[in-house]
Amino acid sequence: MATEGLVRASGIRPGEFAVGAFARRHRYHPLEALPWLAALAAAIVFPNYLPLGSQILATILFALSADLVLGYAGIVTLGHAAFFGTGAYTAGILAANGWGEPLTGLLAGAVAAGLVGFLSGLVVLRTTGLTLLMQTLVVATLLHEAANKASSITGGDDGLQGMEVWPIFGVFRFDLFGRTAYAYCLVVLFVCWWLARRLVHSPFGRSLTGIRENARRMHAIGTPVAHRRLVIYTISAALAGISGALIAQTTQFVGLTSLSLDRSGTVLIVLIIGGVGQLYGAFIGVPLYMVAQDRFSEIDPVYWYFWIGLLMVVVVVFARGGVLGLFDRFRR
Amino acid sequence: MTDAFSAAVSILFHGTALAMVLYLISVGLSVTMGLMGFVNLAHGVFAMLGGYVVTSLIGRLGVPFVIALGAATVATALASVVVERLLYRRLYSADDLDQVLLTMGLIFMSVAAATYFWGPLAQPMHPPPWLSGPINLGFRSFPGYRSFLILCGAGLVTALWLGLERTHFGVRIRAAVDNLRMAQSVGVNTSRLFTLTFALGSGLAGLGGALGADLLAIEPTYALENLVYFLIVVAVGGLGSIRGPFVAALVIGIADTGFKYLLPELGAFFIYALTMVILLWRPRGLFGRAA
Amino acid sequence: MNMPALETRGLQKSFGALTVANAINFRLERGARHALIGPNGAGKTTFVELVTGALRPNAGQIRLDGADVTSLPQAVRVKRGLVRTFQITALFRRLSILENVTLAVWERQGIAGDLFHPAGHHRAAIEEAHALLERLGLEDEALRPVSMLAYGRQRLIEIAVSLALSPKVLLLDEPAAGVPSGESGRIIEAIERLPQDIALLIIEHDMDLVFRVAQRITVLVQGSVLVEGSPEAIAADLEVRRVYLGERAPA
Repeated sequence: MATEGLVRASGIRPGEFAVGAFARRHRYHPLEALPWLAALAAAIVFPNYLPLGSQILATILFALSADLVLGYAGIVTLGHAAFFGTGAYTAGILAANGWGEPLTGLLAGAVAAGLVGFLSGLVVLRTTGLTLLMQTLVVATLLHEAANKASSITGGDDGLQGMEVWPIFGVFRFDLFGRTAYAYCLVVLFVCWWLARRLVHSPFGRSLTGIRENARRMHAIGTPVAHRRLVIYTISAALAGISGALIAQTTQFVGLTSLSLDRSGTVLIVLIIGGVGQLYGAFIGVPLYMVAQDRFSEIDPVYWYFWIGLLMVVVVVFARGGVLGLFDRFRR
Repeated sequence: MTDAFSAAVSILFHGTALAMVLYLISVGLSVTMGLMGFVNLAHGVFAMLGGYVVTSLIGRLGVPFVIALGAATVATALASVVVERLLYRRLYSADDLDQVLLTMGLIFMSVAAATYFWGPLAQPMHPPPWLSGPINLGFRSFPGYRSFLILCGAGLVTALWLGLERTHFGVRIRAAVDNLRMAQSVGVNTSRLFTLTFALGSGLAGLGGALGADLLAIEPTYALENLVYFLIVVAVGGLGSIRGPFVAALVIGIADTGFKYLLPELGAFFIYALTMVILLWRPRGLFGRAA
Repeated sequence: MNMPALETRGLQKSFGALTVANAINFRLERGARHALIGPNGAGKTTFVELVTGALRPNAGQIRLDGADVTSLPQAVRVKRGLVRTFQITALFRRLSILENVTLAVWERQGIAGDLFHPAGHHRAAIEEAHALLERLGLEDEALRPVSMLAYGRQRLIEIAVSLALSPKVLLLDEPAAGVPSGESGRIIEAIERLPQDIALLIIEHDMDLVFRVAQRITVLVQGSVLVEGSPEAIAADLEVRRVYLGERAPA
C-alpha cells in the first residue's frame, strides 16, 4: 500500500500506524455536522413546516433504533412498531391522566418499551430466520390487539384523546407553530444519536458486527452471543420507545397505527433507502421518504403505495446499499 | 343437546373449516420456505388473487362455481411462475432482509393494484345454491358451504399427501427439502423443481383463498391483514413440513374460533399468546427439523 | 498420573442410524503435540464440534483439565481455554485482520461488553493484537480486510485469532487445508513455534505436517478410534496403511 511507504519514510513504525488508525476510527468527521446544520437551517427556511419537521426528527430516531438491531446486529424484525407504540401509549396515557411532564413521560416511555423489548427478546431471540421474524410480528400484533381491546385506557380505534402535555422545565410551552416541539425533538434526537454513536464504536458495537458477519465464529471466541443480542435489542427498544413518546407528546395524540405492521414495514423501507448499518441511513432515508409521502400521498394514496412497493423491489434488486451504498460505490 | 356441547361442536366445526382454508394457503409457503429458504411474505397475495378471480368470475361473469375455482387455481399458478422466474430466483441466495423487503414491496404493490382494479371494498362471495343449504345430520344441522369446505379440504389434503408420497415429483421435493445438495448431486433439476413447487404451492394458495373467500374477506389489504396467520401456521407447524402446518392450522383455527366465541373482549390476543408459548416450548415448530 | 489437558470418555453421537462418534475415549496430555487423522467422513471435525460444544453428544463425558464441561456452552469452554480453528476459514471477511484478532483479545479480556468507550480507549488490547500479527509475519497487512488476503495467509489469521484467546488446549482443524504448497511452509512454522505449554491437537490430511509436528497420533475411522500411538508405530501399522495411507510409505 502507498501509505506504508510514506509511513516508513516518515519514521513512524508501521505497527503504530495500524494500531493508531484503528484506535482513531471513532473520531468525529466534519461531515457529521451536516445533519444538525441541515436541521437548524430547515427550521429557519421552512418555518411553516415545523410540525412535519418534528415528526421527521422523531422518526429518524425510530429508524436509528431499528438500524441498531437490523444493520448492526443483523436481527431482521417486522415488529419494531411494538416498542414505538409502547412508548407512545405510555407517554400518552400518563399525559391523558394527569401527569403531563414531558421529560419523565419520555423516560417512562423508554423504560416501558425497554421492558417489552427485554421480555419479548428473551423469547424471540432464541430463534433465527423466518421464525424470529414471525415472532417479532406476533409480539407487535399482540400489543396492537391488546391496545385495540383495552379501549377504556387507550381509546381503542378512535385513539387516545385528551392528552395534556406540560411545558418543558415549566417554561417552554408547546406552541401552535411547533417551535418548542421541534427544538425538543432535535435535542432528544441529538442526545440519543450521540449515545448510539458511542455504542456503535465501542467494543460491544464492534462485537455486534462480528455477530452479524459470522455468529459461529463469535461463539468460538467466547462471545456470549445471546446475551449481547438481548442487550442491543433492549436498548433499541428503549430508543424506539422514546421516539414513540416524542410523537405522542408533540402531536398530543396516539393511535393504533403506532403499533401497526405498516409502521414496522415503513422503518425497513426508510433504512433500505438510506442505507442499513451505517448509522446515517436513517438521517437520509427518513426525510426523503416523509417529504415525498407528504407531497404525493395527498394526491393519490393508492399510487403512493404502488410506487413505494415498486421502489422497494427496484432497490433490492439493483441498489442494495441504498443512498449511502451508492456513495460508497462512487468513492471507489 | 346441551348448550356447552352444542357450543363445542360449533367451535370444532367452524374452526376446522377455517383450518382447512389456512392450511391450503399456508402449506405452499411452508414447502417453499423449507425447500428454497426463501422468505416469501407475499405468499398471501396469491391467495388474494385466487379470491379475486373466483369472485369476479362468479359475480360478474356468472361462471359456474367449480370452473371458477379451477380457473382461479390455474391463473394463480401461472402468475406465480412469472413472479418466480422474473424476481424471486435472483434472490434465492440473498440476505433474509433483502427477501423481506422484496416481498413486502410486492405486497404494497398488490394492495395498490387490487384497489385500482376492484376498489377498496371486500368482494362478496356467494356460494352456489347447490352448496348453500343446511346439511341435516339428525342431532343438528350444519351450514352446507362450510361442510363442503371441510370435505373439500380433507380431500385435497389427502390427495396432496398421497401425491407427495407416491409420485416421482413428490419424492424429489421431499429429497430436496431434506438435503438440497444431495438431491442436486443425484441429478435432480433443482431450478425446475423450485419453479414447479412454487407454482403448486401458490396454486393451492389461490384455491384456498378462493374457497375461503367468506372466511377471509377478499379485500386489497388481504395479504397484510392475514400475514400473521399464515406465518404463525407455518412457524408453529415447522418449516418445510407438510403435515406440521396441518396440525398447526387445526390448533390455530379451532383455538381462534373458540377464543373469539368464548372471550370476544380479548379477541385474537390469545392466539398470539398461544403461539409464543408453543414456540417457547418448540422453537422449530411442532414438526420442525431438530438441529 | 498427570491429569490430561483434555479427555473424552465414551463420547457418542448419532444422527438417526448414522453413528459419527462411537464411544470415543481420548486423552490429550498437557503440552502434547497430538494429531488426529483418518479418511474422509471418519468424523474428525464432528469430534472437534462435540468437544468444543458446538454439537451436543448423545452420551459420554468431556473433561477439560479434569473438570466436566459436557453441559457447558461453547463460549464458556473457550473462556476456560478450549479453543479451535475452523477447517473452512471462518473469519469476519469485511473487517481488517487487525480487527479480527482484536475482537478475540477483547473477549478474552472481558472488555467486549463495554458499550460506552470507543474502541481506541482500549489501546493496549489493539497493541496486543498487533503484536500477535507481528509474530506470525502478518503485520504488513494489518488494516486490510480479510477477503483481500491470500488464502494461505487467511489460515494464519485463524491461528492468530485462536492465540489471542490464550488457549490451554488448541484444536487446529486442517490448518493447511486448501493452502497451496508454497504457502504451507509458513503454517508449519507457525505451528512449530506455538508455546510449549499449549496442548495441541491437529486434524490433518497433510502427512508431511503430521509427521513433522506430532509426537502422538490417533487414527479415527467411521467414528471409532482404530489405533493410537507414536508416529513410527502408526506409520508401520498395517491396518492403518490399508485403511488410510495406502501402500505408500510416509515421506
